[in-house]
Amino acid sequence: MAFPILSVITFLPFAAGLFILTLPANRKNEARATALAAAVIDLLLSAWVYIQYLTQNMTGYQFIEKYSWIDIFPLKIALHFGVDGISAPLVLLTGIVMFTGVLISWGDDDPHVMAGIQDRPREFFAFLFLLAGGVFGVFVSLDLFMLFFFYEIAVFPMYLLIAIWGWVKTREYAAMKLTLYLFIGSVVALVGALAMYWAQYQNTGVLSFNMLEMENAGFSASFQNLWFLPVFLGFAVLGGIWPFHNWSPDGHVAAPTAVSMFHAGVLMKLGAFAALRVGIMLLPEGAKYWSWLIMAFAGVAVVYGAYIAYVQTDLKYMIGFSSVSHMGLVVLGVSTLNETGLLGAGVQMVSHGVMTALFFAVTGMIYDRSHTRMIPELGGMAKIMPFAAIGFIIGGLVSMGMPGFSGFVAEFPIFMGVWKEQWLVAVVSSISIIITAAYIMINIRKVFFAPLPEKLEGHVGDITVLDKVAIATLCLCMVAIGLFPSIMVPMVENGVRYVMNLLGGA
Amino acid sequence: MFTTTSFASILPEILILTIGLLVLICEPFWKGEQKRNAGWLTAGGLLLAMIVSLLFGRPGQPTETLGGMIRFDGLGFFLKMLFMFAAAATALLLMDHDKAGKRGEAYLLLLASLIGMNLMSSSADLVMLYLSIETASIPLYILSGFLVDDDRSTEAGFKYFLYGTLASTIMLYGFSLLFGFTGSTDLYAIAAALTSGAISPLLAFGVAGLVTVGLGFKVSIVPFHFWAPDVYEGAPTPVAGFLSTASKAAGFAVILRLFFVVFPAFSASWTMLFAILAAVSMTVGNLLALPQTNIKRLLAYSSISHAGYAMIGVVAFNQLGAASVVFYLAAYIATNLLAFGLVMAFSRIAGLEDIRDYAGLSRRNPLMGLMMLSAFLSLAGMPPFGGFVAKVFVFAAGIQANYVWLVVVGIINSIIGVYYYLNVLKFVYLYRLPGEDETNHPIPLTRPYKIALVALVLGVIALGTVFAPFYNWSDIGALNLF
Repeated sequence: MAFPILSVITFLPFAAGLFILTLPANRKNEARATALAAAVIDLLLSAWVYIQYLTQNMTGYQFIEKYSWIDIFPLKIALHFGVDGISAPLVLLTGIVMFTGVLISWGDDDPHVMAGIQDRPREFFAFLFLLAGGVFGVFVSLDLFMLFFFYEIAVFPMYLLIAIWGWVKTREYAAMKLTLYLFIGSVVALVGALAMYWAQYQNTGVLSFNMLEMENAGFSASFQNLWFLPVFLGFAVLGGIWPFHNWSPDGHVAAPTAVSMFHAGVLMKLGAFAALRVGIMLLPEGAKYWSWLIMAFAGVAVVYGAYIAYVQTDLKYMIGFSSVSHMGLVVLGVSTLNETGLLGAGVQMVSHGVMTALFFAVTGMIYDRSHTRMIPELGGMAKIMPFAAIGFIIGGLVSMGMPGFSGFVAEFPIFMGVWKEQWLVAVVSSISIIITAAYIMINIRKVFFAPLPEKLEGHVGDITVLDKVAIATLCLCMVAIGLFPSIMVPMVENGVRYVMNLLGGA
Repeated sequence: MFTTTSFASILPEILILTIGLLVLICEPFWKGEQKRNAGWLTAGGLLLAMIVSLLFGRPGQPTETLGGMIRFDGLGFFLKMLFMFAAAATALLLMDHDKAGKRGEAYLLLLASLIGMNLMSSSADLVMLYLSIETASIPLYILSGFLVDDDRSTEAGFKYFLYGTLASTIMLYGFSLLFGFTGSTDLYAIAAALTSGAISPLLAFGVAGLVTVGLGFKVSIVPFHFWAPDVYEGAPTPVAGFLSTASKAAGFAVILRLFFVVFPAFSASWTMLFAILAAVSMTVGNLLALPQTNIKRLLAYSSISHAGYAMIGVVAFNQLGAASVVFYLAAYIATNLLAFGLVMAFSRIAGLEDIRDYAGLSRRNPLMGLMMLSAFLSLAGMPPFGGFVAKVFVFAAGIQANYVWLVVVGIINSIIGVYYYLNVLKFVYLYRLPGEDETNHPIPLTRPYKIALVALVLGVIALGTVFAPFYNWSDIGALNLF
C-alpha cells in the first residue's frame, strides 16, 4: 500500500496539538518548537502532494485512501481521502498558512517585545492545530459525513482562539457572533446533506456518504432546486457571502494575528470550497436554477465590500472588508458555472489566501509594535520595517490584480467568465478594481510613507527574523504564480473540467 | 424453570447484588476516613461485574427467560453495561463528597437503583416492568434527599418523591387498562393482541398517553419536567448526574420497548404526539437554560432539551431511529456524567455553583479546563466528541422518516444550545479571578475524580471518533427489539 500521505497531513496537526497539550505549562519554547516542526512537516508533505500532482500530469482524484469507518445498515461512512486539481492547491495553501502562522506567533518571553503569543502558547498552538487539522480534513475528504466532521472541527476552535487571545475590546462579541453564524450555516447544510443521503437511497438503492457516488445519484430537478440554496448558502456563510458576511470583518478584527491569517487565508476558502464541492458538484441542476441569485449576491459583495473597505479607518477592518470583496470574486467565478469563471475562482482562492494572510501578518506586526491599527495614527513604517513594507506593497499589487502577480491570473478569468454569462454584472463588479486600487494606494502611502507621527517615535522597532521568513514565503508564492501561471493553472483547469462534466458538458 | 440462560440473563443483577451485600458487610468495619473505601469497592466491583458479564452473560438470539419476565437481548445488555459504567463513575464521584461520601448507605442505594434500571431495560412483562421502575426510583428519592441538614436537598428528595409517585400511579393505571383490554401482562402477547385490532385506536392512544405520563417523567420531557431543575440543584451532585443520565436512559429503554413493540399498530398517532413533545421539550429546555446562572440548573434544562433530541429517534420509528436513540443515550451518559463530575470536583474545593464562579478555571487547573471543553462541546454537538455523531444520527433518522420539520426545530435548538454552552466555556477560559491570582487558588483533583473523569473524557472522545463498534451494539439492540 502506498504511503497514506493525505491521512498523515490531516492527522499530524491533531497529534501535534495533543502532544503540545501534554507538555508542562511553563515549557513555552518546547511548545513552540513542536508546533513549528509539525508545521514544517505538513508544509513539506503538502508541497510534495502538489508537486507530484503537477509534474505527473495527474487528473481526477489522486492519492486516494479509503478506510471503512462504519458500515452498518443503514449507515455507511468511510474515511475517504483524495485530492483533485482544485483541492491540491488549497492543501498546499493551508500548509503555507500554517507554517507562516506559527512563525509569526512565536512570541518572546521578554515582556518588552509584544510580538506573537505570550500568554499560554501551549493552548494556543494546540487549538490552532486542531483548526488546521480540520481544514486539511475538509479539503481532502471525499465522504460527505467526514467533510462535516472536519468542518465542525475547524469551526469551534475559532471561538476559543478569538475569545482568549483576541483583541480585548470586541473579542467576546466577535467570537460568539462568528461561531453562531458558522454553526447556523453548517447545520442548515447538514440537513440538506442528510436529505441527499436518503434521496440517493430512494433513487439508486445505494447507501453511502461517498460524494463520488452521490454525483450519480440522479437527484430530481425539484429536489435539487429545493435543497441547493440551503446547502450552498449554508457553506457559503463561511465564504463570507453577502448578506451573511457580517461575522467576518468583526472576527478578523478581534482575532489574534495568526488566527486572522487562518481565518481569511484558509477558513473562508473552506466555505467556498465546500459550497462548490457539495452545492454545485452534487446538485448541478439546482446550481443552474439558482445561479442568477448567487451571482447577484456575489456581485453585491464584490462592490459593496470594496466600498466599505475604502471608508474604514481601522487597518484590520479594511482588510476584513477587502476579504469580503475578494471572496465575492470567488463566489462570482463559481456562479458563472462556466470553465473560465470556475478556473478563476479556483486560482483566486489560493491567491487571495496567500495575499490576505500576508496583509494580516503585516498588520499584526505593525499593531504589536505601535499598539494602534488606526490608519490616521500610523505613518512612516517603511523606514522602520522596510521588509514588512515591501510585503504589504506586493500584497497590495496582488489585491489590485496587477499583471505579474497571482491576483491578475485569478481575476482576469473571473471577469471573462462573468462577461460570457451576464456582461452587466461584469461591468458593475469591475468597479471594485478601481475602488480596491484606491484604498490600497491610499493606505500604503499613509501607513508606510507618510512621516512618522511623534507619538510612535522611538519605541517602534523592526520585525524579527521569523517574521521576515514568513513574509518572504508568502510573497514568493504570489510572485511565482503571477510570473509562471503554468505551475497552477493547468492543475486547476483539470479540476474544473471535472466540475464541468457534472454540470453537463459545455 | 431455571436454566443457564436464565441465570445468564440476570447475571449482572446477581453480581450487583453481591457487591451491595459486600458493601453492607464491610462498611461497619471501616472507621472514619476509611468509609470512603466503599466507593472503591463499588466502582471496582462494578467494573469486575461488567467484565464477567461480558465474558459469560452475553445474549445470543433474543429469548424470554424466568417465565417471560425478562427478555434476554442485545438492547438490554448494552444498556446494562452503560448503566453499570455510569454507576461506577458515580460511585467514584461520590467518594469525596463531604457529607455523602463516607456513608455506606449511599453506595448501597446507588446499587439498588442500578438493579432496578438494569431490569427496566430488559423487562418483558408489565408486572416486572412496574416493579423495576419502582426499584430504580425509590432509592433515588432517598439519595436526592440524602443531605438531611440541607434544606435544598430535603426539598429535592420530597419533590422528586411526590412527582414520581404521581406519575407512576398514572402509568400504573395505563398498565392496568392494557392488561384489562388484552388479558395478558406479557408485552409481546399484548402487542399481538393490539395488532389484531381488538381495540379501537382511540382507546389504545389513550392508554399510550397514560403510559407516556409516567415515562415522560422519568426522562424529564416537557411538560413533565418541572421536578428536574429543583431536584438536580438540591440533590448531591453525583446523584444529580446519575439521575440525569442513567435514570433518563432507563426511561428511554422502556419507551423504546413499549412503543416500538407494543404500540406499532398505532404508530401514526403516537409518533405525532411524541414529535410534538420532542419539539416542545427541546425548545422549552433550551430557552429556559439561557437565563440560568447556576450551573446545575443550566445542566438540568439542557438535559430536558437533550431528552427532546433523543426523542427524535423514537419519533422516526425505524431501525436507524431506535439505534440512534441508544447511541444517543450512550453519548449523553458519558458527556453529562462528565459535566456533573466536573461540577462536583469544582464545588468541592471552591464551594460555589454559579457559572461566573468558574472564571479562571482553565488557569487554576488546565486539565479540568480541557475536560470542561470536551463536556460542553459534546453537549453542544461538536466533533470530535460523542455529541456530534449522536446528533447527526438522530437527525438522519428523523429525515429518513420525513420529519424534516422536527429536525429543523432540532437544529434551531442546537444553535441556541451552542450559545449557552459556549457561554460557560467563556468563563472557564476567558475570564479571570479578581486579582488574577489563579496560581494561588488551584483546584486539585483527588484520585477518584481523576480516574472517573479521565475515563469519561476518553469515553466521550471514543464515541465521537471510533463510533462504529458502539453503533454496532446500538444497532443490534435496536434489531433485537422486534
